[in-house]
Amino acid sequence: MSSQFVQFLIAGINAGAIYALIALGFAIIYNASHVINFAQGEFVMLGGMMTVFLLALGMPLPIAVLLAIAATAVAGMVLEKLAIEPARGASVVTLIIITIGASILLRGLVQVAMGRNFHRVPPFTGDDPIPVLGAALLPQNLWVCGVTVLAVLALRWFFTRTMWGKAILATSHNRLAAELVGINVRLVMLVSFGLSGALGALAGVLIAPITLTHANVGIMLGLKGFCAAILGGLGNFPGAVAGGLVLGLAEAMAAGYLSSQYKDAVAFVLILAVLFFLPGGLMGRGSTERV
Amino acid sequence: MRLRGLMQARTGGLLALALVIAVLPLALPNNFYYQVAVLVGLNAIVCVGLNLLIGYAGQISLGHAGFFGLGAYASAVLTAKFGWPAPLALVAGATGVALLAFVLARPILRLKGHYLAMATLGMGIIISIVINQEIPLTGGPDGMPVPGFALFGLRLTGDRTWYWIVGGLLLLSVWLSLNLIESPVGRAFRALHGSEVAAETVGIDTARFKVLAFVVSAVFAAVAGSAFAHFAGFVTPVEAQFLRSIEFVTMVVFGGMASVFGAVVGAAVLTALPQILTAFHDYEMIALGVVLIGTMILMPRGMLPSLAALTRRWMR
Repeated sequence: MSSQFVQFLIAGINAGAIYALIALGFAIIYNASHVINFAQGEFVMLGGMMTVFLLALGMPLPIAVLLAIAATAVAGMVLEKLAIEPARGASVVTLIIITIGASILLRGLVQVAMGRNFHRVPPFTGDDPIPVLGAALLPQNLWVCGVTVLAVLALRWFFTRTMWGKAILATSHNRLAAELVGINVRLVMLVSFGLSGALGALAGVLIAPITLTHANVGIMLGLKGFCAAILGGLGNFPGAVAGGLVLGLAEAMAAGYLSSQYKDAVAFVLILAVLFFLPGGLMGRGSTERV
Repeated sequence: MRLRGLMQARTGGLLALALVIAVLPLALPNNFYYQVAVLVGLNAIVCVGLNLLIGYAGQISLGHAGFFGLGAYASAVLTAKFGWPAPLALVAGATGVALLAFVLARPILRLKGHYLAMATLGMGIIISIVINQEIPLTGGPDGMPVPGFALFGLRLTGDRTWYWIVGGLLLLSVWLSLNLIESPVGRAFRALHGSEVAAETVGIDTARFKVLAFVVSAVFAAVAGSAFAHFAGFVTPVEAQFLRSIEFVTMVVFGGMASVFGAVVGAAVLTALPQILTAFHDYEMIALGVVLIGTMILMPRGMLPSLAALTRRWMR
């Protein structure tokens, strides 16, 4: 393996992990409510920007990170309570526009509070690159991958082993039936949005030390996370993770070997090809397997 | 009888729109307002076309700014770099977009719901990335200047001239889509929106009609883009970007789906609103977000149909 290839591999897995986290956020909300949350990218932005804000207040990094994730989870719940729940039963297009409105609102709020500049979050544990097969691995890359794996495992546990996770799954399979067996569906929706916000913020906090963060960082990240979610089959959790990794790797390899200019187009070319030939996504439609 | 004929949405609405366009200049104090009015008109043309697709054929598109951008850049590149006459460039742009839309329509419109949203979104973003990256041709992110529009040696310049041109184009596009909606094609569209399966069982070739709506709406967007390029004298990739596509969809839904005049009203309100809100400067985006969420919750069918229902209740 050439060192160049290893370098692209690192970049691909790193980006893929971030896309996977964002795609999981899309999948959770979609399963609970059949809403595509176009504000998912703003959760990513909020995670990074709030960390910057809290650090500026003089908080230590770990506390700032945890608080930023918690605050974004609350933002997700507020979004559900104020904008999604009142529009219950509206058409797909209407709900899409509501979440787009929410994303514009969130970007506007952050721009007013913190301006349009780029901000840096310090890496969690230093930034001396670790040499691996001739390529440079940043400690932050390890954080990204490690935390993503932990988050995926934790989600798996949550959805298969806890009452809350099972309630969410039940609601996603059949809302009415879930209500009939006594599940508080409104609370399930609220928890789903909170969880999704936390996952988005986690992605934002993890990536901010590598790529910098700013008020508009969420637009492209959100769209690519949406690509990853669709790639794996909408609402399919393992599919979302696989979709994120495939997307990140394809993007890194295309940027390295084909054209770095068209890096951002890779995700969308890939998704169009998949939709044209496999309209149900990589993992197939109607797959009953759900983690 | 004559009077009732005039009250029909088709003729009455068209006359009312013509009247508004004719009288509006009395209320426009200076060139800045003319510019805003021209932008309203251009957005309205795109929305009237897009409304055929979203409101009548029931298919969403999150990529129509791509067609708008292609129209704008076809006019810009063909006139500035290749010396084509402007009308020819406009027709070439519209034809090219029609062909592209026609080729893409079948595979894209086979998809439904969120998958359709994703595919159209991807298409639009790819177009905007190409425009951004083909720097020798398009000038990249910095944009490029566009020569004026000359018709039979007559140069069309000035905001007031463009006001009348765009006003005419808007009337034409409204007239075309009203005719389309009232034709058997339009009835097929509405059947499609109601239920695709039901439409198919009564013998409507749903795929053909979806393709038609897609191509017509793409051409409307391309022509508006061409006109915009010559009017503004400068184009940037911002015109083709994702957020522009979102703006167009928002205008259609805000004004009221399946209502041609709703699309015009939506375009007018949402184009003029940011211009008014510039007074609040930094709070512009916050206000826009709140307005979008609020309208969609309080008037999910859009402004015009909801207001119409309200006045009907009042009249009784």
